[in-house]
Amino acid sequence: MRKIFDFHGGIHPPENKHQSLGEPIRDAGIPAQLVVPLSQHIGAPSSPIVAIGERVLKGQVIAEAAGFVSVPQHAPTSGTVVAIEARAIPHPSGFHAPCIVIDCDGLDEWLPHRGLENYEGESPSDLLEHIREAGIAGMGGAGFPSAVKLKEKPGASIDTLIINGTECEPYITADDALMREHAADIVAGAEILRHIVGPKDTLIGVEDNKPEGIRALKAAAEGTGIEVVVFPTKYPSGGEKQLIEILTGRQVPSGGLPADVGVVCQNVGTAVAVVDAIIHGRPLLSRITTVTGEAVARPGNFRVLLGTPMQHLLDLAGFAPQRNQRLVMGGPMMGFTLTDTAVPVVKTTNCLLAPSASELPAPPPAQACIRCGLCAEACPASLLPQQLFWFARGKEYDKLEEHNLFDCIECGACSWACPSNIPLVQYYRASKADILQQRRDHEKSEQSRIRFEARQERLAREEAEKEAKRVARKKAAEARSQQAASDSAGDGGAAADADPIQAAIERAKAKKAAQQQAAGSESELDTLEKAVATTRKRLATASAKLEQARAEGSDLVGALQAGVDKTRSKLEAAEKALADYLASQAGAAPAVEPADKPKSAAEAAIEKARAARAAEADMSPEEKARKQLESLRQRLAKSEQRLAQSREAGEEEKIVEALAATVERLQEKISALESDLAAAEHS
Amino acid sequence: MFELIAQYPLLAALFALVGLGLVFGAVLGFAAVRFKTEGDPIADQINAILPQTQCGQCGHPGCRPYAEAIAEGEAINKCPPGGEATIQALADLLDVEAIPLDEEHGEEKVKAVAFIREDECIGCTKCIQACPVDAILGAAKQMHTVIASECTGCDLCVEPCPVDCIDMIPQQESLQTWHWKLPELGRANVDIIATDATADRAA
Repeated sequence: MRKIFDFHGGIHPPENKHQSLGEPIRDAGIPAQLVVPLSQHIGAPSSPIVAIGERVLKGQVIAEAAGFVSVPQHAPTSGTVVAIEARAIPHPSGFHAPCIVIDCDGLDEWLPHRGLENYEGESPSDLLEHIREAGIAGMGGAGFPSAVKLKEKPGASIDTLIINGTECEPYITADDALMREHAADIVAGAEILRHIVGPKDTLIGVEDNKPEGIRALKAAAEGTGIEVVVFPTKYPSGGEKQLIEILTGRQVPSGGLPADVGVVCQNVGTAVAVVDAIIHGRPLLSRITTVTGEAVARPGNFRVLLGTPMQHLLDLAGFAPQRNQRLVMGGPMMGFTLTDTAVPVVKTTNCLLAPSASELPAPPPAQACIRCGLCAEACPASLLPQQLFWFARGKEYDKLEEHNLFDCIECGACSWACPSNIPLVQYYRASKADILQQRRDHEKSEQSRIRFEARQERLAREEAEKEAKRVARKKAAEARSQQAASDSAGDGGAAADADPIQAAIERAKAKKAAQQQAAGSESELDTLEKAVATTRKRLATASAKLEQARAEGSDLVGALQAGVDKTRSKLEAAEKALADYLASQAGAAPAVEPADKPKSAAEAAIEKARAARAAEADMSPEEKARKQLESLRQRLAKSEQRLAQSREAGEEEKIVEALAATVERLQEKISALESDLAAAEHS
Repeated sequence: MFELIAQYPLLAALFALVGLGLVFGAVLGFAAVRFKTEGDPIADQINAILPQTQCGQCGHPGCRPYAEAIAEGEAINKCPPGGEATIQALADLLDVEAIPLDEEHGEEKVKAVAFIREDECIGCTKCIQACPVDAILGAAKQMHTVIASECTGCDLCVEPCPVDCIDMIPQQESLQTWHWKLPELGRANVDIIATDATADRAA
């Protein structure tokens, strides 16, 4: 005999189970219409794969599992899909959710299906896939996908498989009925699950208030090595963690899973569904649901197709709406009120409770907490419900978490025990939801922050890249202009290396610049001066040649003399042009040249000439002539002096002759001018 | 030594206190340099409380700058998306009085998500540039759409849209977001049973 342990707390509410055990399981039959919600389990809702108007056969997949923690949905009978729309579903919120609506044709025509002949030859993962494809989700009430729960967790070795036939909540007898009538199936299912999990021990746990079920199970389990363990009735021993503690003495750690202590738990209903799926190849299409309460005439258990409207079940049980105060799905401890009798039976609907007003009166108004501590004594999770209550009222979420709010299994034992009728569980549910919401919000805001920062970073990076490109372009331009400068400075090698087009451009530029310089008014002076200089130079060479020719007695003397004369006249013209230009410049821009600028000798001479010309311009012709005469006389005096010096110094004959000729020419000019002047005076 | 102290008790006490002051001052000064905290931990903590909608309703370009401003003494009631809950959390963190939301910066609204009426979208990318969390997908002259799960509901995309094709849709409570509400004290609660035994116990 296995040692039975006990868990902390627990209560002994009136069981009220006998009402629904008077008759064997009845078949609820095929209603006119089935409403199959896409979400009958914990996890992602399934996604529909049928079209409106499509005929579906019994067992056909009508919605696929969406994700890992999800299960597919099947057509519970043959018929036509008439709608895929939001319908009322059994949920405490009373919300509508997407459902597939099937008009049943009553033929109950199966899709061809076949079970596995020898499941023992299959690998656990293949069997799990079958279980998943059969749409099996925990039948005890929570509806967690069974394949996910059975999947081996890395690092966890399972030594005990527990089949949960406890059914501790008052009124509910669905599992009891199943054990009485389908004990063999439960044991077969346990064997399959044992094959998948591979534990040392396989236990079926049943409370001692189900003697018929225990007898049937013990008979069926004979010789299979599966042990049926019976333990005293106490609410909530059917809670997974509580059952594990009763049967093994191990406590599942806070926030942990049964697998952490080497245990996997499955409901008896799930075991039967597994047998159907593996041995018969039938997906989960129906379940046993208890319909009970004083408002129904013939309470009992029904084999009901998933999606059957509650109203259909209630009609079968002889529901008297006038006696009923409210309709509850689930038991009186953990169930919730339904707002609509049209909601369908789903995979987790273990009970439909239609109590009369006297049977389950509305709870009286809550009184103040008197700190009696009964709730703490009742709590199966060893929590401090009254502390949690204060923190929940004050919304002190940190403290709630510190006091292990999330270990609360929401069994309602504390509320049941409370003499002040405080709906304690309601506070915990709301607080849990608020904390989860807060966590989600915080995760979202964290995500937003990361995205915002990533965006800021990206913008900054783009800006930096642009800036870097701009700087690079600027640098490249500077380098080019420097290169060009060094090229034009005569670096032939560099020029050869440089881009030929660039070089050509640079040359053209230089040329243009030179032309511009030549064209510029400043440089006009230069050209004129240059012209004067070159002509003078030419004259000098020409005169040198002439003298040489004369000295050698060449006959070219005449021609050379003509050339020299010509050059001299050219020189005079150039000089005149220069002088003219300077005069015009002096008139146009006298302020251009700063007066205090130290001047070269040439500039001084030019200045003087300019001044002289300017003075001349102001004179009358007579005065001009007189002045000219004056200057000629001076030149004559200078020439005569020069001639005298030359003679005395005994210079070359040629020079003396030239000087003498000059003197003569000047004398002639003077006399001509004198006569002109005299004539002018006379007239 | 003792004689000296006994002779001039006032001076001895004075020297002792001044000496202690110097020693502790030096220790504190060293600690201030040696264990200097990098960054602004208070601003970080404030930033963690702010809702990160990056909406700019507080007058700062994002939540982080507002967090820094609060750390430097700005009022804590300028965040409409965070609402009273954020103000309360900030008040707790900074140990100041919780003050009502400053209505100048807007009022607390139901959380909303931007939705682009796609047939009206001309593909101008203006909303994409405005979105602080890159939650809008699209390209020039292509239809844009909002990634609803990333949208913070900050409203910043609505203003730049030249054809006004962006709606802010309040988020409805869905099956996924629904949860039990805290019961009201004194009100008979009909949502949960769990007290069915009262009658039986009385009987």
